Amino acid sequence: MKLKTFALGGVHPEEHKLSANAPITLLPLPAQLIVPLGQNLGAPPKPLVKKGDEVKTGQLIARGEAFISANLHSPATGKVLKVDDAPDASGYRRPAVFIDVSGEDEWAEGINNTDELITRLDFSREEIINKVKEAGIVGLGGATFPTHVKLMLPPGKKADYLLINGVECEPYLTSDHRMMLEKAQEIMQGIRLMMIALDVKKAIIGVENNKPDAIAHLAAMALSHPGISVQALYVKYPQGGEKQLIKALVNREVPSGKLPIEVGCVVSNVGTAFAVYEAVTKNKPLIERVVTITGLELARPSNFMVRIGTPIAKLIEAAGGLPEGTGKIINGGPMMGKAMTNPEVPIIKGSSGILIMPGKLSSRKHPQPCIRCSKCTTVCPMGLEPFLLAKLSKLERYEDTEKEQIMDCIECGSCQYTCPSSLPLLDYLRLGKFRTGQMIRNRK
Amino acid sequence: MNEIIINALLLLGLLGGVMAVILFFVAQKFKVIEDPRIDQVDEALPKANCGGCGYPGCRNFAEVCVKSASERQSLEGLNCPVGGNAVMKQVAAILELEVADVEPQIAVVRCNGTHNNHPSRVSYEGASSCAFAHNLFGGEGGCQYSCLGLGDCVVSCDFDAIHMDAATGLPVVNDKCVACGACVKACPRNIIELRPKGKKDRRIFVSCVNKDKGGIAKKNCEVACIGCSKCFQVCPYDAITMADNLAYIDAEKCKLCRKCVEVCPTNSIHEINFPARKLKVETGDGAVAAEAAAARKAEKVVKEKPASTEPEKPSEPTA
Repeated sequence: MKLKTFALGGVHPEEHKLSANAPITLLPLPAQLIVPLGQNLGAPPKPLVKKGDEVKTGQLIARGEAFISANLHSPATGKVLKVDDAPDASGYRRPAVFIDVSGEDEWAEGINNTDELITRLDFSREEIINKVKEAGIVGLGGATFPTHVKLMLPPGKKADYLLINGVECEPYLTSDHRMMLEKAQEIMQGIRLMMIALDVKKAIIGVENNKPDAIAHLAAMALSHPGISVQALYVKYPQGGEKQLIKALVNREVPSGKLPIEVGCVVSNVGTAFAVYEAVTKNKPLIERVVTITGLELARPSNFMVRIGTPIAKLIEAAGGLPEGTGKIINGGPMMGKAMTNPEVPIIKGSSGILIMPGKLSSRKHPQPCIRCSKCTTVCPMGLEPFLLAKLSKLERYEDTEKEQIMDCIECGSCQYTCPSSLPLLDYLRLGKFRTGQMIRNRK
Repeated sequence: MNEIIINALLLLGLLGGVMAVILFFVAQKFKVIEDPRIDQVDEALPKANCGGCGYPGCRNFAEVCVKSASERQSLEGLNCPVGGNAVMKQVAAILELEVADVEPQIAVVRCNGTHNNHPSRVSYEGASSCAFAHNLFGGEGGCQYSCLGLGDCVVSCDFDAIHMDAATGLPVVNDKCVACGACVKACPRNIIELRPKGKKDRRIFVSCVNKDKGGIAKKNCEVACIGCSKCFQVCPYDAITMADNLAYIDAEKCKLCRKCVEVCPTNSIHEINFPARKLKVETGDGAVAAEAAAARKAEKVVKEKPASTEPEKPSEPTA
């Protein structure tokens, strides 16, 4: 059988799934946690604690008041040291809650912190959405869009499919892969709950064919869950992109500038499904996530269950320390991740992996002139012309970039990856997209 | 044969005649009466089309000048920074008006985060555009307000007035600057400011835009303004304001007494084109502080810059 995939473009970077066989292990709590407030897409939540307050694990410490915002909970038991600015992965200082961890976890009331599988499904739609909202769950694939907003369909819209993203097309990263192997039961329950919230009859889990163990495991599980199916996908980057996954799984195309619900789809990550399960059946807020730490020269590439706010340096330590001659520490995968300026920055809800790149592999090649080979146009999964958009952005012709649909760019980096002249195409596309977006917003 | 030629001539002649008549009436009907002074003013302007006056091009500025002259009989608020007072006098003469002298301005780079003062902890190798780098990360040395040194201001300058100094990594403005403001707009970090040129080209300004608390600012950069308010207290003319841990000198009120320069513990207040000051032997506290700071700075220059090839270097947890 021919495997499904998306139609336009795509590239095949080397996979390097070094940590695929490393089971998820619990990372011990550090002495201090730095919990940034702005961990979700949209407005950052407002802090509810102040210096000196005692907090319990899972206690609400910041409430998301805006429509697109998410609650934030204390990832450990301890004392609030201060609410102050702390540098994030990009080096900018943003508000965060500093928590001095006092030791053993003391869970806030009503949270079930056991590993038992709860297969209850008798929750109403509102109950599920409310619990997801209370738990501060955001899309764990990296975009950190608040999940409760996704589950509340706009009036008049009907979803046909719930698509579960287990693609993990980024090279190196294996956190979703391990989740699918170790938490498949819970993920299935989470999907069932989301299906109830969205009132859909069908859910499809898309998994790339380079994870045959996960596909087999999930397919066996899915037999006992009506409506849920597993689809193996041809390996191609960026299949994990929302629009690409919809095209691959149900052959529908999201119109430019629209959300997946326009074509009756809601896409969610496997990690998010797990978080939804824990939030709804166990009242457990999103205070920890699975993070892959990997790298070619790293001693022990691993998958850790990490509390939000743990400094990345602790993960590196647990994985065998920073290897000699490290060039970059990348927050995310090699294609879309960004190099960090400081390893003391904390893990946030959107961190799916940390990649340690050796120096000799990490530096960029010197850019050469464009030779008009059109490779970037061929690989662009959105059908754009990256060379043109980069040029227009460089010339600050933002009206033209808008006409050339720069806002459809998903910043997957395929163009820059494939460019034989090593041009910084994505850099200029990101700049152009930012400026064009600004221009469009100012117009309104 | 002849007939064909004659017919053709007649036909074309007739056609031409009819068109001429139509065009004559059209020209009468749609005649645009333009004030001849617009052309004259336009002629007097420098034709740099830099937009420094705030209008898109010299022609448009000429139109605005003439309009302003006929509507409110004044040229107040209109200034061609390139031509300066001489050109504005000419324009005023054409429009038979008086114009007040405007103090000439110059672009000032308010960051002194040189390689020595603000050593790099990471190295950036993306697109060479300040606008992009600003969106991407906080800066190589950790100060999120500092000059990124990628030269968007240099690219934006039409007058060859701003260049990158390779030794310091900061842009330097030269005398060709006409204060058109292109670099001010180009700088994503709002470091460049237009300030009055000052008497004898003498200027005093705070060469820092860092709004972090003192400790954080100082840790990243030797010469950051730490918001200690010493200059604010010493200023006899109320020219200094403090906001967000940052001092700002109002050039209008500043009388160039240089007291603030003396007390600044981090040397973040700069004096330009002043004669070397006499060494004060009778010690005011400020002079001591200034000397000590100068000595510290000299010592700093000797220190070797840490290698920046290793992008990630753990920094101490923030205080």
